[in-house]
Amino acid sequence: MYIIVVGGGRVGYYLTKALLDEGHEVLLVEKNATICDTIIDEMGSICINGDGCEAVTLEEIGTGRADMLVAVTGDDEDNLVACQVAKYKFNVPRTISRVRNPRNETLFKKLGVDVAVSSTNIILEHIEEEVPTHPLTHLLAIEDSGHEIVEVKIPPEAATIGKSVRELSLPPATKLALVIRKKGRYRVPTLNTIIKAEDRIIAITTPESEEDLRYTLRGT
Amino acid sequence: MKVLIMGCGRVGGRLAGLLDADGHEVTILDTDSFSFRRLSPEFNGTALVGNGTDAEVLKRAQIEEADVFVAMTQGDNRNVMACQIAQHIFNVPRVICRIYDPLRQELYASMGLESISPTTVFAEMFREKIVG
Repeated sequence: MYIIVVGGGRVGYYLTKALLDEGHEVLLVEKNATICDTIIDEMGSICINGDGCEAVTLEEIGTGRADMLVAVTGDDEDNLVACQVAKYKFNVPRTISRVRNPRNETLFKKLGVDVAVSSTNIILEHIEEEVPTHPLTHLLAIEDSGHEIVEVKIPPEAATIGKSVRELSLPPATKLALVIRKKGRYRVPTLNTIIKAEDRIIAITTPESEEDLRYTLRGT
Repeated sequence: MKVLIMGCGRVGGRLAGLLDADGHEVTILDTDSFSFRRLSPEFNGTALVGNGTDAEVLKRAQIEEADVFVAMTQGDNRNVMACQIAQHIFNVPRVICRIYDPLRQELYASMGLESISPTTVFAEMFREKIVG
């Protein structure tokens, strides 16, 4: 694959290295001439000094035949524009952007960027998984539909223990998909399923309803 | 009209003053409060410190009630991003973007973003002056 990487900072540097190791044709676009020279000294002539948001630069490096453009500068707005120029002017099939502000993840997707990666969100998800007391864990976002799959842990002192699913008023657009009990036993919940301590409940919901869902299932 | 301007440089500050004098309700945003020195002492609008590429900040600037959003910072990409947030997230009825780079301006115009490239406009103006 021919992959263009925009931004030769730490992320861009290691990404380029990894992609080259995998045998891809990679070209790195970096604004700063000094950084560019250092990379060329080390990895050969795979770096061009220029602005990856500029159509002229992208034209020069044959963006029209690129399979993918990955924008990993430190500025969200630059990454957005690099991806949009690649996508809408050069018809690059796949554009990937790094985002600093986690909120821009959904915005960028809406604006045509194929994949938006927020390091903040990734780290946050890992922390949620690692910290067992975290009441609600995001497991998966279902692309385009606005739904997500989450896990809610029922603590031993939850006010909902002993209640059946029927007695709980679940928020809109929410369905309980699975209850995981001790020793990894699991069941698909019905209206008669009773909530027990230490249950892990997998549910499909929306970002707007997740707070309500947590409250409904845990009572706090 | 309610107008929200992002970027209080020479042009943004002056535009804010003109619209305010015309009786419009103007809010101007800049990341640096020092930029507001450019506003005239008669300016009656609101000056807010904040980054216009952040949806939260735009909300605080009451973008939801704005009739017009104008992006006037020095950065083309910042302007483009803020305008797209205004257009696609907040559905502001009219969004106008300054884009210095003529090629970028053409691209975003073709994508439905109302934009002006001062580079193109001034070059043509000066040509007119010189060759008539």
